[in-house]
Amino acid sequence: MSRLIYLDNAATTKTAPEVVDAMLPYFTEHFGNPSSIYSFAAANKEVIAKQRETIADALGAKANEIYFTAGGSESDNWALKATAEAYAAKGNHIITSKIEHHAILHTCQYLETRGFEVTYLDVDEDGVVKLEDLKAAIRPTTILISIMYANNEIGTIQPIREIGEIAKEHGILFHTDAVQAFGQVPIDVDACHIDMLSASGHKLNGPKGIGFLYIRTGVKIRSFVHGGAQERKRRAGTENVPGIVGLGTAVDRAVRTMKERTVKERELRDYLIKRISEEIPYCRLNGHPTDRLPNNVNFSFRFVEGESMLIRLDLLGICASSGSACTSGSLDPSHVLLAIGLPHEIAHGSLRMTLNEEITKEDIDYVTDNLKEIVALIRSMSPLYEDFMKKQAK
Amino acid sequence: MYTEKVMDHFQHPRNVGEIENASGVGTVGNAKCGDIMRIYLDIDENQIIRDCKFKTFGCGAAIATSSMATELVKGKNIREAMEVTNKAVMEALDGLPPVKVHCSLLAEEAIHAALWDYAEKHDIKIEGLVRPKNDIHEGEEGEEEDY
Repeated sequence: MSRLIYLDNAATTKTAPEVVDAMLPYFTEHFGNPSSIYSFAAANKEVIAKQRETIADALGAKANEIYFTAGGSESDNWALKATAEAYAAKGNHIITSKIEHHAILHTCQYLETRGFEVTYLDVDEDGVVKLEDLKAAIRPTTILISIMYANNEIGTIQPIREIGEIAKEHGILFHTDAVQAFGQVPIDVDACHIDMLSASGHKLNGPKGIGFLYIRTGVKIRSFVHGGAQERKRRAGTENVPGIVGLGTAVDRAVRTMKERTVKERELRDYLIKRISEEIPYCRLNGHPTDRLPNNVNFSFRFVEGESMLIRLDLLGICASSGSACTSGSLDPSHVLLAIGLPHEIAHGSLRMTLNEEITKEDIDYVTDNLKEIVALIRSMSPLYEDFMKKQAK
Repeated sequence: MYTEKVMDHFQHPRNVGEIENASGVGTVGNAKCGDIMRIYLDIDENQIIRDCKFKTFGCGAAIATSSMATELVKGKNIREAMEVTNKAVMEALDGLPPVKVHCSLLAEEAIHAALWDYAEKHDIKIEGLVRPKNDIHEGEEGEEEDY
């Protein structure tokens, strides 16, 4: 098996060669600690400042509003826990959605054990937060709204600007987990009234173990990691210089290539969606048909269990993922698929394929042709399908 | 994560299918949890399992355990078939990951459910066999979803 078709770019991406090249000297020659006085090391301070600017520019933010972290989960944890603590005197209520990443959901559950109250908003069948529900959930004690920019499983993009406006009108802080969206769709923190934004390097062809939290000037959140004076005393720890350089380079690359890349990905995404919808019976596209990430395809196939599908695809060199319980190690399928109203047995049969710029039409054809056969084969072994066909015949 | 034997039975499952007018049929599991197994038995007048087929909705381990279970009971008499436990199925597959042990339990339950069906139809008692807990009868799965 020599062919490898990597369709799991929402899980992680290949580090771009130019990103690796940019990082390497910071492991070898320029290994110095940016906090040191001697010029050899102190030059790294400027290197970091430059990356901060690149990232700020990509968001319409100021450089001193970007704080480097170890990744998306840390950024989410920091934004939620530190906001809750800093604004506890004002109120104890947080609003989020049922389809957030676990880095948000589990942090909210933790905060509930610490006396905070959390509203988990429902979403519609496309996975969109309902603005009327959001407005209705606001209380005098609401201190934070945290809604993801785009969903990692079904790709649905939220009405972020409208949510930001609602938050602003009510004087409530607005955080968004943009781990999936950043680098794939243009983001403007001012236009969308975003007060905090989490992002991660390895989702946009950058390295793993690096991310950032954007914190708007004036937001009073405290340090999450105590120690040295790095990151304006808000996040201690010797800077991950190679990681920061890698992240900056990846962001620069993502911004530069965004238009061309996403046009191509959208076209292939829609082609894949069209072929599956037309050629595989009893399937359903999960997520919003148009307001979705340019690289995300997510289908449920009835009478099919996800893990079986993934293993068969893997044997053909195709890497994808599923929201089936069997792939998560729990008994329940994905909380996102349940939140959009899928019954358990249909949620078990989900398949997520997330594209990158290297995927070709030929790859998509190879995947679809094989997927058709795999779904048919699995169905031929399924007692659910057997019963269904017997019922249809009656 | 799976052994070679599991992968072999997953890729080339033995005895997939249905048996018309089977001597006993058992369906166990729960679509909600993502596994349903159905086992068909063809048992002759000497209580020997002449043939055994299965259909399974489930993960790789569920399919491999169904396949192995059918192999193990084929040609055995019904008392011997009672000895095909989940442990026996697991051992025959060179083991399963801990999170997949329940799949082998399901295979054992599916055989028991099919044997129970056979015993009921023929009004006999099989020693050690109890009414299956989660046998699914037709029409119990609830209304079909439309989309």
